[in-house]
Amino acid sequence: MNRLRLIWRKSLNVVALTLTGVAALAVVSILFLILGYLIYNGGKSLSWDFFTKLPKPVGETGGGMANAIVGSLKLLLLAALMGIPVGLMAGVYLAEFGGKTFSFVIRYTTDLLNGVPSIVIGIFAYSLAVLPVKHFSALAGGVALGIMVIPITVRSTEQFLRAVPGTLREGAMALGASKWKTIATVILPAAKGGIITGVLLALARVAGETAPLLFTAFSNRFWSPGWSQPIASLPVMIYTYAIAPYDDWHRQAWAAGLVLLALVLVANVGTRLALSRGGAARSV
Amino acid sequence: MISVTPGGNSLAARLAPQVRISESSPTTSEREAPLRFQISDLNFFYGSKQAVFGLNLKIPKNRVTALIGPSGCGKSTFLRTLNRMNETVRNTRFDGQILLDGQDIREMDVVGLRRRVGMVFQRPNPFPKSIYDNVAYGLRINGYKGRLDDLVEHSLHRAALWEEVKDFLHKSAFALSGGQQQRLCIARALAVDPEVLLLDEPCSALDPVTTAKIEELMFQLKDSCTMVIVTHNMQQAARASDFTAFMLDGKLIEHNETPKLFTTPSDPRTEAYITGRFG
Repeated sequence: MNRLRLIWRKSLNVVALTLTGVAALAVVSILFLILGYLIYNGGKSLSWDFFTKLPKPVGETGGGMANAIVGSLKLLLLAALMGIPVGLMAGVYLAEFGGKTFSFVIRYTTDLLNGVPSIVIGIFAYSLAVLPVKHFSALAGGVALGIMVIPITVRSTEQFLRAVPGTLREGAMALGASKWKTIATVILPAAKGGIITGVLLALARVAGETAPLLFTAFSNRFWSPGWSQPIASLPVMIYTYAIAPYDDWHRQAWAAGLVLLALVLVANVGTRLALSRGGAARSV
Repeated sequence: MISVTPGGNSLAARLAPQVRISESSPTTSEREAPLRFQISDLNFFYGSKQAVFGLNLKIPKNRVTALIGPSGCGKSTFLRTLNRMNETVRNTRFDGQILLDGQDIREMDVVGLRRRVGMVFQRPNPFPKSIYDNVAYGLRINGYKGRLDDLVEHSLHRAALWEEVKDFLHKSAFALSGGQQQRLCIARALAVDPEVLLLDEPCSALDPVTTAKIEELMFQLKDSCTMVIVTHNMQQAARASDFTAFMLDGKLIEHNETPKLFTTPSDPRTEAYITGRFG
């Protein structure tokens, strides 16, 4: 009887281990499958031209997406300028100042904002920044992406600030630091690493957004000087090229996908490395 | 009874041979010694829950006063009212009067008060900065304009840490051991040259050897600084303090010169506590 139960328990263990292990493996392999597929398909069509040339007119092969790469970077810069300060400060408010009810409302609203479909945010940015001036612009695209950056930044900032031990706050205050001084000189530096990572994740997330850009930044087959012209971006280019009937465009769409992913990965890994070399803040 | 005789064979005496008790005790009675803090009729509340009841206490200048008592008796709460740290906790208030050098602390600017009344916490809490920046922190936020280097060195000397860290001042404070971190926190508090140092169980996270170092440090600091220490360790109170106050359930039960309180307590509850019958 006992022996039977032991065998049952052991086999149950094996089954559970196998199921969870397979699931874990699946998670990893999905990423690597995507990566491998992208490298295989995109790598073939990646060339120096892709980074330096403008798209060729329909019917001609070759050309590149230099304008879309720069466009994506410009849009991300705008999104960062518009979204990060608001998100950061709201996060500080939630973690350090907020009372009970008001904080709850903000937190809940932030989560809702995070859940708003990106296309809806696109429509909102359209009515806010496109309709009044009657043309698409990089600025409008930046507004749309900036809005999407806010909730992720708020929540990650709040979370990392809360993780800073209360004893540090007391230590600073016992030396006569005001609340704001404590936050600015002790709490924020202590949470710096986490906050930067959170902000980067937010930017990485919106770097791949297509829907909100379709009718805000639109796209552009040429360079887009300044901030008030329609501007090309990698995700929209991928969308346009992938649904076009030309094989050459399909190849370029793969290459664009690879570049987009590489940009996000490099930014992410790069910052993490820089932060871990930074030292002190890490061990809190 | 706990042996508190100086130079006795107790564990306490062996751990801290440099710390003598009776020699540092004032010959005059407590009432004649110059006072730093004068606390009268102090009541403290967390919301509607009262934590300190009608406490009266005089804390003499350049002496070490120890607060002992079982957990939750209000000694930490009381300590934290002395530099108004409790104000950082929501819904707290106190009535009664606390005078620092004759001045009501409630009428003082809180920044100025905390500059004069430094604090060291239970667990070492260095900032995630370099050793140097930790010590310089209090000076910087107070807008000190002079030479930081000298004061940082001086403070580290006073905290008996200089020799151990002088070659890597710009390394992270987290590289230090627990005892060194606690002495760094003391140096950080000393940098702004406080008149009073509040120590909230400063040795509870440290090993006996490091504890002895900190007690020796307290002994040396007495010339320039009034200290109030909360401790759960009665040997520590006996070794390192001149006066001891025993608290129970938010009330001050007994306050006397340390050797007297430990050898001839006048209240039966004090005797019960220090002989280990409860708490």
